[in-house]
Amino acid sequence: MITLKGVGKRFANGVEALRDLTFTVADGEFVSLLGPSGCGKSTALRIAAGLLAPDAGHVKFDRAKPEIGFVFQEPTLMPWADALTNARLPLDLKGVAREDGNARAATALARVGLQGFERAYPRELSGGMKMRVSLARALAAQPRLLLLDEPFAALDEITRNSLGDDLLRLWKEDGLTVLFVTHSVSESSYLSQRVLVMTPRPGSVAKDIALAFGRDSRLAPATIEAQRVINVALSDAMAA
Amino acid sequence: MRRLADIALPLLVAMLVLAGWEWAVAHWQVPVYVLPGPSAIAKAFADNFSSLMAALLSTLTVTVEAFLAACVLGIATAIAFSQSRLLERTFYPYAVMLQVTPVVAIAPLILIWVGFERINLALVIIATIVAFFPILAGATLGLKSADFNLVDLTRLYGASRTQTLWRVRLPAALPYLLSGMKTAGGLALIGAVVAEFVAGSGTATGLAWRIVESGNRLEIATLFAALALLALTGVLIFAALSLLEWLLLRRWHESALTSPS
Repeated sequence: MITLKGVGKRFANGVEALRDLTFTVADGEFVSLLGPSGCGKSTALRIAAGLLAPDAGHVKFDRAKPEIGFVFQEPTLMPWADALTNARLPLDLKGVAREDGNARAATALARVGLQGFERAYPRELSGGMKMRVSLARALAAQPRLLLLDEPFAALDEITRNSLGDDLLRLWKEDGLTVLFVTHSVSESSYLSQRVLVMTPRPGSVAKDIALAFGRDSRLAPATIEAQRVINVALSDAMAA
Repeated sequence: MRRLADIALPLLVAMLVLAGWEWAVAHWQVPVYVLPGPSAIAKAFADNFSSLMAALLSTLTVTVEAFLAACVLGIATAIAFSQSRLLERTFYPYAVMLQVTPVVAIAPLILIWVGFERINLALVIIATIVAFFPILAGATLGLKSADFNLVDLTRLYGASRTQTLWRVRLPAALPYLLSGMKTAGGLALIGAVVAEFVAGSGTATGLAWRIVESGNRLEIATLFAALALLALTGVLIFAALSLLEWLLLRRWHESALTSPS
């Protein structure tokens, strides 16, 4: 689906965020980009989305650039608009007719469990619900590639787990390709098929770990084992 | 209960002050050409009602026209600034210069350029200059305060600059813009009054001129009546703009929400 090859990025303030970052995400894969805060994960994701141009290397898609959905760490909603209008934003920007857009946005909201909240304003929703609206907005345009930048980092654990399960369900239902930036070992061990462990800044891939099957729950032995493997790779990356 | 107190307490103070004023003027036999009592002012107001209302209408027309012109110009300039940093860097200092130069000092020049035969236009221009800056400043700050990630998101979906402006930047700017408009509303009235003062005799027909004229004739009660009318107009302009702000922001902005406590 998407390949980043030799990507480097240095910001105007001299901080080198990424150096020679290379990885591929195949069609339908769920891949986590895992690393400590400030290792350039978010920068990598913005480059993948085309929101930021790399100084070195390039981003390549297997076919034409796919429809991309993006979810930020914060819900990033329009506070002046209700949930339906927020979820409809990508469709509005693409010139989809209002009625069609409303129907598709309502469907997207229902899929993240927000049926009946179409007319609610962001301030009337809890943190988890706002994040669900943000997810619905990303889904509304029916993306093939979903990029998530630590989307559940600011949520409590119960909400985080329930959103994680929803994300897994949506990924399976839609056959999405997901690139998931996180600093949580437990999240990445349960959600993803592959974990790319990143080095500290300047970030690149230290280890590419394919996770075994059988991680049906957060407490399954295979999930716990995956956490151990990821933790080892993470300490190695930090120590190197 | 608190709302009642908000209205009742200032009203009570006003009544006490007026009563004390009336009593003091009678007790010390203050001449009416120095300080008339509230009853004398009320009588002057009633006697000159139609001419005072005509004057109010004249001043109000200039104020409203100037305010609307300042809104259009201020928002348009802010949008231009938001689209080009170069434009902003080049012209913002001149906007500041316009703001810090006392309008009384520019007014005579504008009157000469526009001409006394088009006195109303001159008054509107002067008042517009006074009201322009807070709107420009509010809108400029507001257009910059849109969530960066939200703006990035519109880029991701291939939005044009106009789309981003309409869907994200302008709504985000609204609270700042409305705050600027509240200041500008009062300033437009001040600008109109100053312009009338400068324009002087025979040409201006508004409340400010009534004040000058009443002062010259030592009709202090009429002067007070015009002054009170002017103050009331200022309060009403502020109230109207506050209502507009509340209507537009009540669903979403912190400033318009009542806290649970």
